[in-house]
Amino acid sequence: MTKLTYLIPLFPLIGFLVNGLGRRMVPKSVAGLIGSASVLASFILSVLVFMEVRVDGFTAQEVKLFSFIKTAGLDIPFAFQIDQLSSLFLLIITGVGFLIHVYSAAYMHEEEPQHYARYFAYLNLFVFSMLLLVLGANYVIMFIGWEGVGLCSYLLIGYWFKNGDYNDAAKKAFVMNRIGDLGFLLAVFWMIGQFGSTSFGVIFPKVDATAPAVLTGITLLLFVGATGKSAQIPLYTWLPDAMAGPTPVSALIHAATMVTAGIYMIARSNIMYTLAPITPTVVAVIGLATALFAATIAIQQNDIKKVLAYSTVSQLGLMFLGLGVGAYTGAVFHVMTHAFFKALLFLGAGSVIHAMHHEQDIRNMGGLKKHLPITHFTFLIGCIAIAGIPPFSGFFSKDEILMGAFAHSPVLYFIGTFSALLTAFYMFRLYAMTFLGQFRGTQEQQLHVHESPAAMTVPLIVLALLAIVAGFVGVPEVFIKDAHWLEKFLAPVFAASTAKQGEHVVSHSTEYALMGGTVLAILVVMVYALKKFGNYSKTAEPATGFARVLENKWYVDEIYDAVISRPLRGFSVFLNNVMERSVIDGVVNGTGKFIQYSSRQFRWLQSGQVGSYILIMVVATVVFFIIQIFGK
Amino acid sequence: MPINYYIFLAVALFSIGVIGVLTRRNAIIVFMCIELMLNAVNLLLVAFSKMHYANAVTFNPGTTTGAEAQLFVFFIMVVAAAEVSVGLAIIVMMYRNIHSVDINFLNRLKH
Repeated sequence: MTKLTYLIPLFPLIGFLVNGLGRRMVPKSVAGLIGSASVLASFILSVLVFMEVRVDGFTAQEVKLFSFIKTAGLDIPFAFQIDQLSSLFLLIITGVGFLIHVYSAAYMHEEEPQHYARYFAYLNLFVFSMLLLVLGANYVIMFIGWEGVGLCSYLLIGYWFKNGDYNDAAKKAFVMNRIGDLGFLLAVFWMIGQFGSTSFGVIFPKVDATAPAVLTGITLLLFVGATGKSAQIPLYTWLPDAMAGPTPVSALIHAATMVTAGIYMIARSNIMYTLAPITPTVVAVIGLATALFAATIAIQQNDIKKVLAYSTVSQLGLMFLGLGVGAYTGAVFHVMTHAFFKALLFLGAGSVIHAMHHEQDIRNMGGLKKHLPITHFTFLIGCIAIAGIPPFSGFFSKDEILMGAFAHSPVLYFIGTFSALLTAFYMFRLYAMTFLGQFRGTQEQQLHVHESPAAMTVPLIVLALLAIVAGFVGVPEVFIKDAHWLEKFLAPVFAASTAKQGEHVVSHSTEYALMGGTVLAILVVMVYALKKFGNYSKTAEPATGFARVLENKWYVDEIYDAVISRPLRGFSVFLNNVMERSVIDGVVNGTGKFIQYSSRQFRWLQSGQVGSYILIMVVATVVFFIIQIFGK
Repeated sequence: MPINYYIFLAVALFSIGVIGVLTRRNAIIVFMCIELMLNAVNLLLVAFSKMHYANAVTFNPGTTTGAEAQLFVFFIMVVAAAEVSVGLAIIVMMYRNIHSVDINFLNRLKH
């Protein structure tokens, strides 16, 4: 089966080509069908691969397709790596991807055929790039996928390209990603210089004998790439703006898959991060800071998608915290559960927006519980899952990361838990304002509120089921011994790191106490949020004081504008007005003027008088003679 | 006679030729001055030829050193004769066209 791995990314690529090239010819139904079917085919193949990989004692396999770059001393094959980590990501990407494709087919039904096909073409290209990213057996192939998903993200955020703001958001995402990608690229160059190869199989065994300073440099540069792609401080501001894209895109790219690429990359390079002295601390601190920072912003947002976007940033921060403290399994586990419940929440939000005719402000919603029963129920499940209430999936994965943090340092644990409490608060605030209380929209909206079609609700139900049960693949040791299936499954990938780290054991009684305390606190926060916002009325006056700072996202965009954009723009104006006008134009025009002037002077030499020519000749000859005779 | 005298004479002849070419406007005189320069060179060639021969013959009575220069002189004379015929023909054509042999009128290149 592993020999046929190349088929997994091939199907979406074909789907992209057919829909992309034939977008003026294929009718809407066919375009949706091609888009969804190609991802379904990949999903089936991924399941087959997974069945093979899950057998005990499976060792990582490298499938070389062809030689990609081959020069003296450097050979980069176009190769795929099949192991536990990549097969798990394959399942998440193609599985969630397929559900979102099906959902999109209904959600985007108002689009014209040509744009509809374009949408599915982009979506398939995205799936293809993402599969390349997780399948690549070296950093170069990973980088191709890494750039590909960035491009698709740009294309899909700016999908409604007639709207200037959306284009700006797309550009912002692209530029922010480019900053990170530069770090990634430098890391790849450094690795080529240091190890003479970019293949995982070559680099990782050599890491032990590498100078710690070099490892720190490489891992930090890779982490810069991760902060761009996975929206961490300081490069996170593109993700909330990326909500300009269609909602299923936000679910697929900006919640479930692409933004987890950074986590995948670090989990893949885990041995380098374990051995590098400073980097894990940096990763943990940045992750935690992002988790807390984004959570505080989410409390005061009123756009349903913005709340979810900041929540995504916050959850990604939590995953980086897990990576930083060495809880690699926990981070990957959280990627998986987060993919389910965040995709569910986004699709639920999409269903609400669809029903409300593109209304996104939760202050104008409320009371949708009885109009959208399925959406309401599944959304509630998503909220419970993300808040971390047992036995829903979010509880297990978040708990694992937080326990890893506790073993490292209780301070990290308490800050992390605080951000988890904030998560519960803003999620139930969102839920309460959207579904509970009185309807606050317009009369016309109220008349047309309707439950979404089956193509949209079925993915919601499937994702809701996954959000409930996905946690059971990683039941912690305290509950049942040896029940953490995921940890055993991923053990070969993280084996080297585990051996280096040694055991951090938290006693069972402590773990029970912490867990119980956290769950209790989350429940209290949940009840408080439901009480506070359950009967929200629109008359609330504009936010003041600290709430206002939060509503304006800590003014980070404004700070970036003042610190980076404005000086840059000022510098550009300076270059345009002074450098361009005076210096460059001066040089160019000066050259022309000088040539013209000197030509006019030299013209007198060519007078047409033979006598003067001869005179010049004679004088020149005499001068040469003088030089010849006296010059020595 | 020392070689210096020949050289001074040749330089004087050559300079007269150059100055004549530069200053005179009559095409025929310019032409004559060119001949003067050529002959100044011929004079030098012959003078040096004799000098080298005189130096060489004391060591080797049967030498032919210096003969090449005299050959050159004959070449130059032949070429000069040919050139004179062409040059005079040009001057005749010039006179037919502009009714003058003043070279300052011959400035068509300029316009």
